[in-house]
Order: sequence, then structure tokens, then C-alpha cells
Amino acid sequence: MLQLLFFNITNGLIIGAFYALMALGLSLILNLSGVINFAHGGFLVIGGYLAYTLTPFLGFWGALVVAPPLTAIIGFVVERLLIRRLYGRDPLYSLLLTFGLAFIIEDGTRQIWGAQGLPVSIPAALSSPLSNDLFFITGYRMFMVAIVAVAIAVLFVLFRYTRIGVRIRAGTLDLETVAALGVNVGALRSLNFAVGIFLAGLAGVLAGGQLGLEPTMGDGLLMPSFIAIIVGGVGSLTGTLIGGLLIGVASGLTAVFFPSASEAIIYVMMAIVLLVRPRGLLGEEGMLT
Amino acid sequence: MTGERQNRLILPAAIWGALVLAPYWTPLVGGYTALGTRVLVLGLGAMSVNFLLGFTGVLSFGHAAWFGLGAYACGLALKYVAASTPLGMLAGTLVGGLAGALLGALLVRRRGIYFAMVTIAFGQVFYYIAFQWNSVTGGDDGLRGFARQPIDFGLFRIDLLHNDVAFYYFVLVCFAIAVAAMAFILHSPFGRTMTAIRENERRARFLGIPVELHIWIAFTLSCFFMAFAGSLYALLNNFADPRVLHYSLSGDFVIMAVMGGMRSFWGPLLGAVIFVVLQDYISSVTVNWMSFIGILIVFIVLFFPRGVLGLLQQRSKA
Amino acid sequence: MIKKHAGFGSLSRRNLVKAGVAVGLSQLAAPFVISARGDTPIKIGFDNPLTGTYAAPGKNELIGCQLAVDQLNAKNGILGRKVELLIEDSTSGDAGTAVQKARKLIERDNVDFLVGNVNSALAQAMAQVSNEKGVLHIVPGGHTDPITGMDCKWNVFRVCNTTRMEANAVSSLLFKTYGKRWHFITPDYAFGHTLFQGCEADLKKLGGTVTGNELTPLGITDFSAYLIKARAANPDVLVVLVQGNDMVNCLKQISQFGIEKQIHVAGTQQELESVEAMPPEARVGVWMFEWYWKQAAGTPGLDQFIAEIRKRADGKVPTARTWFGYVTIHAYAMACENAKSIEAKAVAKALADMELPPEIKLQPNKVYFRAGDHQLMLSAFIGELRKKGEGDPENLFKVNSIVAGESIAPSIADTGCKMTMPS
Repeated sequence: MLQLLFFNITNGLIIGAFYALMALGLSLILNLSGVINFAHGGFLVIGGYLAYTLTPFLGFWGALVVAPPLTAIIGFVVERLLIRRLYGRDPLYSLLLTFGLAFIIEDGTRQIWGAQGLPVSIPAALSSPLSNDLFFITGYRMFMVAIVAVAIAVLFVLFRYTRIGVRIRAGTLDLETVAALGVNVGALRSLNFAVGIFLAGLAGVLAGGQLGLEPTMGDGLLMPSFIAIIVGGVGSLTGTLIGGLLIGVASGLTAVFFPSASEAIIYVMMAIVLLVRPRGLLGEEGMLT
Repeated sequence: MTGERQNRLILPAAIWGALVLAPYWTPLVGGYTALGTRVLVLGLGAMSVNFLLGFTGVLSFGHAAWFGLGAYACGLALKYVAASTPLGMLAGTLVGGLAGALLGALLVRRRGIYFAMVTIAFGQVFYYIAFQWNSVTGGDDGLRGFARQPIDFGLFRIDLLHNDVAFYYFVLVCFAIAVAAMAFILHSPFGRTMTAIRENERRARFLGIPVELHIWIAFTLSCFFMAFAGSLYALLNNFADPRVLHYSLSGDFVIMAVMGGMRSFWGPLLGAVIFVVLQDYISSVTVNWMSFIGILIVFIVLFFPRGVLGLLQQRSKA
Repeated sequence: MIKKHAGFGSLSRRNLVKAGVAVGLSQLAAPFVISARGDTPIKIGFDNPLTGTYAAPGKNELIGCQLAVDQLNAKNGILGRKVELLIEDSTSGDAGTAVQKARKLIERDNVDFLVGNVNSALAQAMAQVSNEKGVLHIVPGGHTDPITGMDCKWNVFRVCNTTRMEANAVSSLLFKTYGKRWHFITPDYAFGHTLFQGCEADLKKLGGTVTGNELTPLGITDFSAYLIKARAANPDVLVVLVQGNDMVNCLKQISQFGIEKQIHVAGTQQELESVEAMPPEARVGVWMFEWYWKQAAGTPGLDQFIAEIRKRADGKVPTARTWFGYVTIHAYAMACENAKSIEAKAVAKALADMELPPEIKLQPNKVYFRAGDHQLMLSAFIGELRKKGEGDPENLFKVNSIVAGESIAPSIADTGCKMTMPS
């Protein structure tokens, strides 16, 4: 029993790390620009498919390095052309826009790469499990966790020590003052959006190796990301990170005792958080009201 | 009548005229009665969302939850309780409306984006329950085994199941009742308070208006209307499936409201006509209909945010 | 005054709207024009997913249907009339749309025959409509039992097999070859439960034991928790009942964890669409296909069929889904010819107990529509998945035996079908 518990908690942390990656990108965009990016799953899919197309030319590692920035560029363009027109308006419109974008992306990927699911091969070095006992900790899962950890570390360093990072954090709290201080808010938002999309693209490349590719694969990951943000607290990146890990672990734990409820538990957690502490674990009161 | 009053009556008159005569002119333009019924039901849904969105300024993106609850409750009542259409509709409306009232109480302190997020998440909870609770809802297979029952007026019966035209008129009557109720509420002092809150919430608060209470009441009312529309939807399909609770349907309702014009009463119905007919038509012509709908949404949001009626209103003022 | 929108040059909003309305009206007028023409062809309504999760199988069923329609039109059509295929996207999960399209095809387009749906729920919703309107309806690829079971209808027939047939197909083989302790991974919805119950019943009859049944939520991507438990139970056979994408993920994780080295992996039904989505290392286990393209040489009509489909499917081989679509149209045509009429009741009578000729069944064994429940008695192709294609990169399945449909189908009484024919 103890062994089963240990297995499932470790597994939950691995899944949670992935949820956190997705949720962080979403959270970044939400915090600074006030946009709920319904197309986040779509950008994940784009990242995965781009990696698939690049792999024959650049290999697995090359694709891993190139696909996320490429996705981020697409995100940047989308933000500049479409989303930025809507900042002054009611948040409803940006929500609807990303909603429509999600449709376009799903259909577009189906048109370009076909409806058929595509297999993704990972390097043999990553395919085998750590040991016979810890058979479910495969090399690829450890790799995923490592990449996620690196990405999150880089993100936090970015936010703490670089000028842009500090400005984004300031902008999240008080955009007016930041603008008054002479910062180019438009450029800041575009860059922030691109970073969020970079994370989505990275998640897509990693997901491809784990799940294979399919035009509708982004849908199932959008909701857990939302919940990670709500649980962790809107407005706090650390909160989102913790939220993601928490729901992953909760899911893993539930799988031991009530296997069919392992997905329901994340909704229950959200409900509890909303009832008991509506701003989330690390959320700030009044953040986006 | 003065010229202005005449103008104000033209639109509703035209709309009612078109609706009443629909089964006769829709086949002539390549439509079919069932499509008209679907437009009515979804249009009512869009108007219910707009009741909250356009008139109170509250962004709820999970409203399909109440629609779906209404549909499932109606179907379950018809299947397990009694083979009676009015009972099914009553059950649907009550269940959806009351659930909305309960959850609304939890949510009214939030606003803006956060409120939208939470409504989406809660909507998905219901979707998930419908999906998983196989024994009751039929899960992924959906709730089957019920059908709209004929209505017995003692002297004569109206067969709703086999007669599409009869069912259309039944839905039209229900639609009219709901719409009349909505119009009544919006023109009442309560309705004006809702608009005041939409325009400037802080000022409304300073004026001593209990904002949260009003929002909760508006939310609950819109949920009742939504659930009513949902039960009609279950009757339309003789079927209820989890998709009726999914946030993408919520999105569709909001799109319809925006497309037609959020600030006007009839706007969402117009939006429903455009959206449903377009989707029905485009999906027959091309497999890439999702792209078309997506591009349409992007277009509307960027260039026609006031919707069709908003555009017409602007022109008439110019 | 409408201001010109900045950034769009001379394309003002007003002109955009005008152009859109003009295009829209001209399109709306078109259907009216077509129906005014004289000689009416026989119309077949195809209401199947072309978008969403089931787009791939839906597309393949369409290709099979289109080949059949073209073949019919190249000869004499049906009863001397041309055949027209009207295609509608039912979406992969929106029953409202599927029902709406069915109504559109029946009411507005007056189809004589309805085809669909891959999604069992949608198939049943559509069957309600087709039954209400008295239109003949064949379900090519929706598997849930009630379609030819508890909810069987006089106008509804089905080509693909039922969950009961799937369970029965592999059970005795697995038991004899691999052992009596089985562990199950079952998708937690009606289809999954029915499949499990069928397998469990068979296993008990043979004298085996169920070491556990992991119920997995639909759409879950991570099976590790369940696989951990399955491994701990130490069964002889791990039976994977999840379908589609879930199955692909489950098998991938099974091979990643090295489970197939310790425990035999098997499942009930497999589809080439899913297999093609798997990386090579995940292609493990004993499975059943409802139809497979690589068969003994000399199967009549098979090579021609494969060649024709390759032309239409970007060089890919036909899958079971392609075959379902092909059979659906040709069976309907044959029944009409036999009944000398396209009237639904007459065609339904002709379809009952109708045996498929060699060029259509494309397999050994007798294949026919059973009269009592309108279920096609199609054979089960049982075998093992291959990691590498043999002879052809798409030959990923090694067929060990082809079992006749009637030997694995439950009796009509067991299906619960009580067919009532209209007067």
C-alpha cells in the first residue's frame, strides 16, 4: 500500500509539473493583459505539430529547441494583429476572439496535417524506465520534468532579475503607473504574450512525445490549467505553479482509492477553494476582482 | 403615431411576422421547419444570456450549464416521472433555475474576468457530471428514450412528435411567453436598475442600490430563462447529451448575442438566425466550416462589436 | 456617415457587408434551382463525423461510400436511376447537430436512405429520427449494442459488430493461449461497461478469474496509476478495453513501462486508424479487427478494392471503416434491386437475411444481415500487432484466424431485440 501511494504521488507530481507549465503560460497572459486565452490549447497543438514537421530536418533535440520559439513568434504576430486592438474594450471581446481563434487553429491543423493521429518517436535514450521497480518513471517523463523545471527556473529568474521581467510584474499590479513611468506598455504586452505562448508551444512539443499528435489534443488540457490558476490564485505565478502541482498530486492520490474519481477531484478542489478562500492559495485580494 | 414611434414598432412587427409565417417561407429559401425551431430555441438561449450580459453587464461564460441542466431535467422527467410535456418543461426550468440561484449566490462577489473564469469552470463541472454519471444521464451516450408528448386540451390534441409544424408553433408560443416576461422585467424599475449597474457600478452603489443582490436576482432570472430554453431543446431533439453543457455552447450563445447586437433586445435572436443558419449551411458545403465560423467570430469582434442591430441603430442615428 | 475603417484602405465596412449579403443570397437561391430539375436520382444522406475526434474513421467511411456510389453510377445506378450522395458533417459529439442534419437530409433533401454514425450516441439519436420518418437507415460504424439490441428498429441495420461480439471473439483464444487470470482496463462509460461485462461472462464460463478492473475516465491521457495497479496484481493477461486515443496512449505507456515483457497484452477491437497513430514500440498485443486488408491470395475482388481505395486515399490501404462504408452502399443497392423498389419497408424486408456476394464481403465465411436483429454477421480477424510492417509498411497486423460472425454473435434472444415490423 505504501509503495502504491509513493508511486502515485510521484506520478502525480510528474503530471502536475506538466499542468503547471500549461497553466503558467495562461496565467502570464491573464495577469498582464486580462485576456483569457481560449486558444492556449491551440498553440500547444501548433507547437507539437511544428516539432513533428521539423524533426526530420533537425532531429528530436533540434525540433525541441526551435519549435517553441517559432510558436512564440506566431503568438506574437497574433497578439499584434488581433488581440491588441481589444485591450481598451470590455474583456468579453478578447475572450470571444481567442474562442474564435481556437476554432481556426483546430481546423487549420487538421487541414495541414490531417485528421489522422500522428505518432511521435522519442530518442531511444529516453525511452526506458529508470529501474524495474520504478518502472513508471520512464526516461521521457524525467526528461519532461527536467525541461519543465528548467523552463520555470528561467522564467522566475527572468522575472526577478531582468528589467523586462520586473516591468511585467509591475505592470500586473499597476499598469497605469508603469505606463506613466515611460515604459512602452504595448511592447511589454506583446512580449509577455509571446512568452506565454512559448510555454504553450514547449508544452506541445513535450506532450507530442508523450501522447502523440492529434488536432483536438489541446482541449483536454485547457480546463486543468484554468483550475490550476483558480486554485493557486489569480495573479500569482508561484500560486499557479503550486496549483498545478497540487491538482496533479491530488489526481494521483485519488487514483489509489477511487480510480474513477481521479479526474473529478480537481473540480472538487476548485469548488472548495472558491467556497473557502475565493482568491486562491496565493492570490491577491482584488486581483482582477 | 409619430414617425419615431412608427420606426420603433417596425422591427418587432417584422420579426413577429417573419416568425409566425416561418414554416411557409423557410422551405422556399432552402430551409426547413426544424431549422426554424432550432433557431428559436437557441435564440431564446442567446437572449437569456444577453439578459445578463447586455443589460446588466455581467460576463457569464458558463451559461450553457443552466441550458443543459434544463434539458437533462426535462428529459429525465419525461422518461422516469410522467409522459407529459408541460411537466417536463416545468421540471427543466425549475431545476436549471434553482441551480443557478444557488451557484449565483456563491459567485456574485466576483466580477469581470475572474467571474467569467469561474462560470466556465463551474459549467464544466456539470459537463463532467453528466459525462460520468452513466446510470442517470446515460453518460457519453446521452439521455435517450423520451420524446415530446402530445398536448391534450381535452377537446383536441396537438401531436408534437410527428408534426414538425405543430411543434414549431408550440415552441413559438413558449418563446413568446418567455420574451414577454423578459421585456416586462426589463421595462420595470428593476430592469432600469440593472442598466444603471451596467453603466456605472460604483455610482449605483453610492446611490444605495444593493448591487450584489440585484446582480444575483438578474443572474437567477437569466438562469430560469436559460433552463426554459434548455427544456425546449431537449424536446426538439428527443435527446440530451453532455455537449449541451459544454463551454463551447456557452461561447456560441455569447457569439450570437454579440453578433446580433448586445445592447438591443432583439439582437441576440438576429444573431441566432445568422449563426445557426450559417453554420448549418457552411457545414454542408465544406469540411472546413470551423475555420469559417472562427474567422466570422474574429471579424465580428474586431469590426462589428455592436452587432447587426448596433450597426443599424448607428446608421439611423446618423 | 460610416467612416472608413483605418488600415483597410478603400474597403469600407459597408461594402464588406454588401458583398457578403450578395454572396449569401446567391447561394441560398441555388438549392431551389437544383430541385426544379426533372429526373430524380436516388438520394443517399451521409450524416457522419468529418471534424473532431472521429474525423479519421468518418472520412474513411466516406471514401468507402463514395467508391461504391461511383461504381454503381458507372453501371446502371440503382434500378436504372443515378445515385447521389449528400454529405453532411454530424460533428464528432454534438447530437443536436447530428439530429438536425438528419432532419435536413430527410425533410429538405428527401433522401431515400440515411447513413451514419461513427459515434454510437449520435447513431442512436439519428435512428430515432429515421424511425420517426420511416426512412431506411444503416449504421456503418457505431458499435453500441442497443442499436441492434434493446432499441432495434425495423428500419435500422448495422454493419460493424457489437460489443458482445467483440468480447466473444478473442476470449477463448486468449484463455487457451495465455492463461486464466485477467486484469482489465476499462473506459468508464456505457460502452466500456458492456464490453467488460461481455468479457467477464466469457471468462467465467471458461473458468478464469478477473484479478481487477480499472475504470478509467474517458479522455484521460495518463494511465500510469492504473498500470501500476495492474502490474501489482500480476495477471496472465492485461486486457485493454479503452478505445481510440485512450488506447493509443495506454499502449504507449504499457510499452514505455516495459509491461508487455512481463504480462501478455490483449484487447478486443483494434482499428488501423489507431494503429497508424502509434509509434512502433507501442504496437503490441493480441487484437481483433473487423476487417483487414491483407488476406490470403485469391480473395475475390480484394486486390481491385485495395487498388481503387489507394487511388482515393492518398495511397493508403483501406481500413475496416472504408469497408463499412463500401458495404453499406452496396448492400442498400442490392436490397433495392432484389425488392425492385426503394420503398423503405420493401428494402428492409429484402435486407433481412440478405447474404453479401464475394466482391462485396471481401472475406471468407458467410456474411449476411441477420433477420432477427438486423445485425451483419461479419467475420472477426484475430491476430497480433506487428512493430514493423511486413511486406508493406502498412501491414502492421498479423492475422492468425478469421472467425465467422455467426459463431461469435449472441443469440437474438440474448441481444434483447424484439423487432416489430410495421403493418
